[in-house]
Amino acid sequence: MHEDHRPAKGITRWLYATNHKDIGTMYLVFSLIMFFVGGAMALVIRSELMSPGLQFVHPEFFNSMTTMHALIMVFGAVMPAFVGLANWMIPMMIGAPDMALPRLNNWSFWILPVAFSILLSTLFLPGGGPASGWTMYPPLVLQTGDAFPFLIFSIHLMGLSSIMGAINIIVTIINMRAPDMWLLKMPMFVWTWLITAYLLIAVMPVLAGAVTMLLTDQFFGTSFFLAAGGGDPVMFQHIFWFFGHPEVYIMILPAFGVVSEIIPTFSRKPLFGHDSMVYAASSIAFLSFIVWAHHMFTVGMPLSGQMFFMFSTMLIAVPTGVKIFNWVATMWRGSMTFETPMLFSLAFVFLFTIGGFSGLMLAVAPADIQYHDTYFVVAHFHYVLVPGSVFAIMAAAYYWLPKWTGHMYNETAGKLHFWMSTIFVNLTFFPMHFLGLAGMPRRIPDYSTQFADFNAMASIGAAGFGLSQLIFVYVLLTSKKGKKATAEVWDNPRGLEWTVPSPAPYHTFNVPPKMPDEPVLS
Amino acid sequence: MAGTANADWALNMPRGVTELSAETYDLHMLVFWWCVGIGVLVFGVMIVSLIRHRKSTGAEAATFSHSTIAEVIWTTIPVVILLLIAVPTAKTMIKLEDSRNPDVSIVVTGYQWNWHYKYQDQGVEFYSNLARTSVAARAKESGVDPYSVENYLLEVDNPIVVPRGKKVRLLLTSNDVIHSWWVPELAVKRDAIPGMINELWFRAEQSGTYRGQCAELCGAGHGYMPIVVEVVEPEAYQVWVQSRSENES
Repeated sequence: MHEDHRPAKGITRWLYATNHKDIGTMYLVFSLIMFFVGGAMALVIRSELMSPGLQFVHPEFFNSMTTMHALIMVFGAVMPAFVGLANWMIPMMIGAPDMALPRLNNWSFWILPVAFSILLSTLFLPGGGPASGWTMYPPLVLQTGDAFPFLIFSIHLMGLSSIMGAINIIVTIINMRAPDMWLLKMPMFVWTWLITAYLLIAVMPVLAGAVTMLLTDQFFGTSFFLAAGGGDPVMFQHIFWFFGHPEVYIMILPAFGVVSEIIPTFSRKPLFGHDSMVYAASSIAFLSFIVWAHHMFTVGMPLSGQMFFMFSTMLIAVPTGVKIFNWVATMWRGSMTFETPMLFSLAFVFLFTIGGFSGLMLAVAPADIQYHDTYFVVAHFHYVLVPGSVFAIMAAAYYWLPKWTGHMYNETAGKLHFWMSTIFVNLTFFPMHFLGLAGMPRRIPDYSTQFADFNAMASIGAAGFGLSQLIFVYVLLTSKKGKKATAEVWDNPRGLEWTVPSPAPYHTFNVPPKMPDEPVLS
Repeated sequence: MAGTANADWALNMPRGVTELSAETYDLHMLVFWWCVGIGVLVFGVMIVSLIRHRKSTGAEAATFSHSTIAEVIWTTIPVVILLLIAVPTAKTMIKLEDSRNPDVSIVVTGYQWNWHYKYQDQGVEFYSNLARTSVAARAKESGVDPYSVENYLLEVDNPIVVPRGKKVRLLLTSNDVIHSWWVPELAVKRDAIPGMINELWFRAEQSGTYRGQCAELCGAGHGYMPIVVEVVEPEAYQVWVQSRSENES
């Protein structure tokens, strides 16, 4: 029978993969490798910043480290990890046999190793890698040497991968749900990915446009951003951040979805306010398009512009707060246990909220004059990205690993990974709030001596955090040694993925499932 | 909580030496305390729940899954809080933009990697570079201990001098890439962009020496082009302008 055929043997299984589980696995493995590559760059940065004076690297190389660290983490670690989770879980969660466009799916993945090989190869070029910051502002980015066309090309490739993946996700969710699974019956992880996919299609082409204009300014005599030719450097910032702000919501919405799956399971209680959570996620997505210039409060914007962007940015706090309250209300009067996925999800709620608070402070434009381009901003976005997005990815990995491998992972090691990560992530990034308030700018390789103590703390924290991730690798490598997992894995979780065996068969839901009578409430 | 400028272990931004830097500081503290309050509330409820609603101590899960009243309440109250923050903020923003009728105008040009200052109509202009003591120490493996350098990376050869109590307006531009002029104690920061002229203004109420840094990545020397502002009594400022313009003519 068709559904019994085994996967291909050897490299062809992976190179020609069209199975959503195999492609999901490749995305996740790729993102883990990129996480360590980006992490190594962070350790170069933090080693140099451990004490005042320049000990290890020259300023040009330091700038390329900050630039590449961000590009790798954003486009190589966080985004592919969420796409990997989407590939593995969305078809199973909606009762579909696979993604709608399996061959497109294959290309969406395989573009990425090519793109990142091109990007990382620039570190070996004579002028080194790009050093303009991941934000690539002109005119500075046009001073990039030989690395410049490689940077632009690799970004185009990453964008193609994301756009194709997003199309696949939307088509799959809209067309291939099990009968009886109307939209508001879908799990939150599927909802947040549906919204994220629309954001990706809307903004990745904008980034492509922006970097193409950089390319033509550099090589083909245009002056989009060059004042001498009648262009405007600030226009790049508008175009970039029109992409860039929705981009950060692209990186957090699937995390919201993950946490909305996990907390109900380990509270043994339905997600509080499911429909409200859908509306809140949609509001956040809509608002994300009209706040971009809050990254630009110091460029010399007219007062009316500053006011508009300040108010719209503050407004995002409302639906975000609604989500936090709903998670807490899910926990409230539940019957909680604290396995590793729950620990990471709870830490997400706590620490993402702290990142949200610094975000609200940043929205206050006059105060932002003091925070902009300082370590206060660095603290903010690392709180929402590391104990935010990255912790959610880890939570999802622990949550669904038994479904993927068929075995329970090592719970003790998982908890150890959690506690070490949480302690060190706070040691690394909390002091950065103080550094920013005390006046330390971003993207500097050396600093005045009054900043030394908190920098040393952050560097020690970073080393500890990096080492702690090796525990995660250990958990993954030993994941098949634990006891066999049941289909349900956890205590009565909701969702179609828990109705198939563990490990999930190579092909699942070849026949659409009959929906359970009660609504799928998470 | 204002703290001494350039202190080790500083936790907060300075209150600064202008009326608007104090308003900025107050807005910062306003939103900070709101965040603390909301955090105590939310984290408090979470912690109570984590203790009381555990399976291991016998808690049984309730079955409720929604409440429209709760959603309305926790949507409306945050909107009100945001208004309470937005209204005073808007007032300060309007004042910050009003750079009319300055007493002193200085054209500031960012370069890779120093600043150029030109006092309008005064015949005074000069470059402001990182001080030699810092230059000697900052190189990789320089052998000089940064702790032995006073105001390491925050000292220049030619500081900008301005009169106390007078409205000073800066016109900012750049010769190459985007830079940004920032002095925390004056609570002003604005990008210096090639092809554009940006404006900022301040009125320093206390004399003293205030230090800042370039606040927009501008290449390898981004961390090495600080700003030093000396605020002096108006009479001393006039003397300084006289002597500098005589030296330059």
